Amino acid sequence: MSIRAAVFALLLWAPNASAMTIERVVSPARIEAWLVEDHTLPVVAIRFAFSGGAALDPAGKSGLVSLVASLLDEGAGPYDTAAFQTRLEDLVTTLQFHAGRDQLSGGLRTLKRNLGEVEELLRLALTEPRFEPSAIERVRGQIVASLAHQAQNPRALAGRLWMRDAFEDHPYGQNVDGTTESIGAINREDLVGFVADQLRRGGMVIGAVGDLNRDELAAFVDRVFGSLPIGSGVVDVAEARPAEGGALLISRLAVPQSTVAFGQAGLKRRDPDWYAARLLNDIIGGGGFRGRLMKEIREKRGLAYGVSTGLVTFRHAALILGGVATENARVAQSIDLIRGEWRRMREEGPTEAELDEAKGYLIGSFPLSLDSSEKIASLLVEMQLEQLPIDFLEHRAALFAAVTHEDARRVARHLFDPEKLSFVVVGNPADLTPTRTRPEPRF
Amino acid sequence: MVIACFVTAAPARAGRFAAETFFLDNGMQVVVAPNHRVPAVTQMVWYKVGAADDPLGKSGLAHFLEHLMFKGTKANPPGAFTALIGRDGGRNNAFTSEDYTAYHETVARDRLELVMQLEADRMTGLVLDDPVVLPERDVVLEERHLRVDGEPAALLAEQLRAALFLHHPYRNPNIGWENEIRSLGTADALAFYRDWYAPNNAILIIAGDTTTEEVRPLAARYFAPIPSRPVAARIRVGEPRRHAAAHLEMKSARAAQPRWSRSYLAASYGAGDTGQAYALQVLAEILGGGAGSRLHKTLVLDRGLALSAGCSYSAGAIDLSTFRISATPKPGITVGDLEAAMEGEVDRLTREGVDPDEVRRATERMQAASVYAQDSLMGPAEIIGAGLAIGQNLDAVEDWPRRIGAVTPAGVDAAARALFLPRNSATGVLLPERGS
Repeated sequence: MSIRAAVFALLLWAPNASAMTIERVVSPARIEAWLVEDHTLPVVAIRFAFSGGAALDPAGKSGLVSLVASLLDEGAGPYDTAAFQTRLEDLVTTLQFHAGRDQLSGGLRTLKRNLGEVEELLRLALTEPRFEPSAIERVRGQIVASLAHQAQNPRALAGRLWMRDAFEDHPYGQNVDGTTESIGAINREDLVGFVADQLRRGGMVIGAVGDLNRDELAAFVDRVFGSLPIGSGVVDVAEARPAEGGALLISRLAVPQSTVAFGQAGLKRRDPDWYAARLLNDIIGGGGFRGRLMKEIREKRGLAYGVSTGLVTFRHAALILGGVATENARVAQSIDLIRGEWRRMREEGPTEAELDEAKGYLIGSFPLSLDSSEKIASLLVEMQLEQLPIDFLEHRAALFAAVTHEDARRVARHLFDPEKLSFVVVGNPADLTPTRTRPEPRF
Repeated sequence: MVIACFVTAAPARAGRFAAETFFLDNGMQVVVAPNHRVPAVTQMVWYKVGAADDPLGKSGLAHFLEHLMFKGTKANPPGAFTALIGRDGGRNNAFTSEDYTAYHETVARDRLELVMQLEADRMTGLVLDDPVVLPERDVVLEERHLRVDGEPAALLAEQLRAALFLHHPYRNPNIGWENEIRSLGTADALAFYRDWYAPNNAILIIAGDTTTEEVRPLAARYFAPIPSRPVAARIRVGEPRRHAAAHLEMKSARAAQPRWSRSYLAASYGAGDTGQAYALQVLAEILGGGAGSRLHKTLVLDRGLALSAGCSYSAGAIDLSTFRISATPKPGITVGDLEAAMEGEVDRLTREGVDPDEVRRATERMQAASVYAQDSLMGPAEIIGAGLAIGQNLDAVEDWPRRIGAVTPAGVDAAARALFLPRNSATGVLLPERGS
């Protein structure tokens, strides 16, 4: 079978995979939620996100949203921490909150029979969090400890340095978890104020999957989210573009291996060329053994266990970011190879065969990745945050298939620029000279 | 096409995964676990050989061979395997534990035949030479640097395991000791492959949107023709009686906080008092299972001594397993005070026993949560394979919720008293090293 025939077969197959039907549910209180109803298992997964994440942290108080997210499940309403968490445990339920750069998100997985009780716990967490002083101090201590660990972790350190150097004073240059100092500056009023100001129905999105029907979901969202203020959902964060000086920074750390973060500006999700960029990313830095970088760096030369790149799309900036770790003596060679592949992709683009293979992979792997309720619920939230249409899954394959070889070469010429590609190296690399020095980041 | 090559076809009593099993004439076990939510299948091939079967002086060989299994065969040259699967969106990977090595692919349901053909092909057709083997050895060294050498806590955990097991090969890390990884070569890998990679030493699991009726003829076509070969018994040295508790302390400039942990030799499904393997899982849930567990509640919430505290235990091992309790002290709390508090909780448990209500809540939680294992494609295949590869039968795996439900408070108490013997423990303390 030729490659072209394989791709064609997938186009026929993909719509069946998305036989999964996404329904738009609008509750009596006018709250919208997307639903995939599936009664195979007595399980319900729900995800949601409020607009406004760590990018809103006030000056000197970075880490505020992260601290809020860590405290929302530490007691609410009549329940102190132990009572709240024991209740969740006995209901065989996970409930988690997460601070992203642009959203505060949350999710739960529970058994159908416990949904009513879990609903009440979630409502209390969002509307009556206790923020008890003892819980604040305990969680603050845990975050400070995690920051101390990040400061010694090569991968965390490389990522932190890269983002700070790329975005400087823009909120995206700050650490989502803040610093020891900024976390110490946050008080209870800040936490209460954030919840009052930011947990709003405007800009909120919800996805639900599993053993519940439209009416049950509508009742759930009204009871949980119905009492939240409406709000506009508009978040005041400036658009940002990463610095693209082609820098190479080194942070010395006594480890056998140098960990490298590299990247430059990418394409936003709503850019019409995003599909071409996504294919190009797979061709140069796709996971598994697929990407050109993996072949050159791992398979041919044994320089690293893994190397990959990814498109990172924030609400107000876009990046293509990658990472690799190679022993100190040979890391310079890995960096040369990455620069070389960046140049080759810019100058020659992908081959037609590579483009076809990437299409086959990105079209075919997508339905395979939706094998659990939680993964599907996350997809529903992502689609709404990116303002994709509800029937997007029916068109996804065609959008990738429509990218022509010429499109891909055109996008490659402006996406990949070895002169602008910036590197941060953490370790004790041989034969590398930094383009400039920067003070170590604080954690 | 010969299809009449099956010895038995005994569907297991319908359990949580509703899996069915049969054997091919060459001794290969086949399991089918249907799940029709997504039009996709996961294939897993499990070989009953792992890091604990590495020859003396060649630690890391089972894991090294796992890497080399992607290097191509006569029929499928290097790169073809991943390209053929990835072309339609399929994914594949592999992993190596102490007791088994597993390879897996997840593909659209109409690609099942392709991946069965590919796995059958590399069961016997692997082609290796120095130009592909030697760079891969460097990859494994980088993997070791990444996972172990760069992480003080991982380095100490490796040392601690070597101190807990006096003689049994579980004392060696799965990835291998660095000096021994550096000595592994093409001939070692090929010998290990010939010794262990035979159909009669393998289990095929197909999970997902398929049926036994569909899998049978495909297994017959691709795996049944592979002749069975004599495979050596997995002879492992026994672990002698321990007489002394081990205490290890490691200082590292890269340790952010002190960390305390203690591992005990523990019964498993395969060794020790195997009847206690289920009670030990309930004990682990009560002691350190989550935010409501004893260690978290007492040390973190009530007494404010620790930033975190918990435990870990897995019953899945051919030989003795380990039961580990661990905690990170709050700043200002000494490791000595933390250790005393952890020991206090263990003493309280062995002295006073567990509360019947505590056991009832734990077992109900564990049983109820087992439904989540069905909420993924690969989850059931992994659970079934991990059981069969250490010698459990399918009934035991399917029956897990009921067996957990049968655990009694007296059973947990007996298991705890047998477990928490100081002489059977190794304690590890990680300390930050301050100054230049």
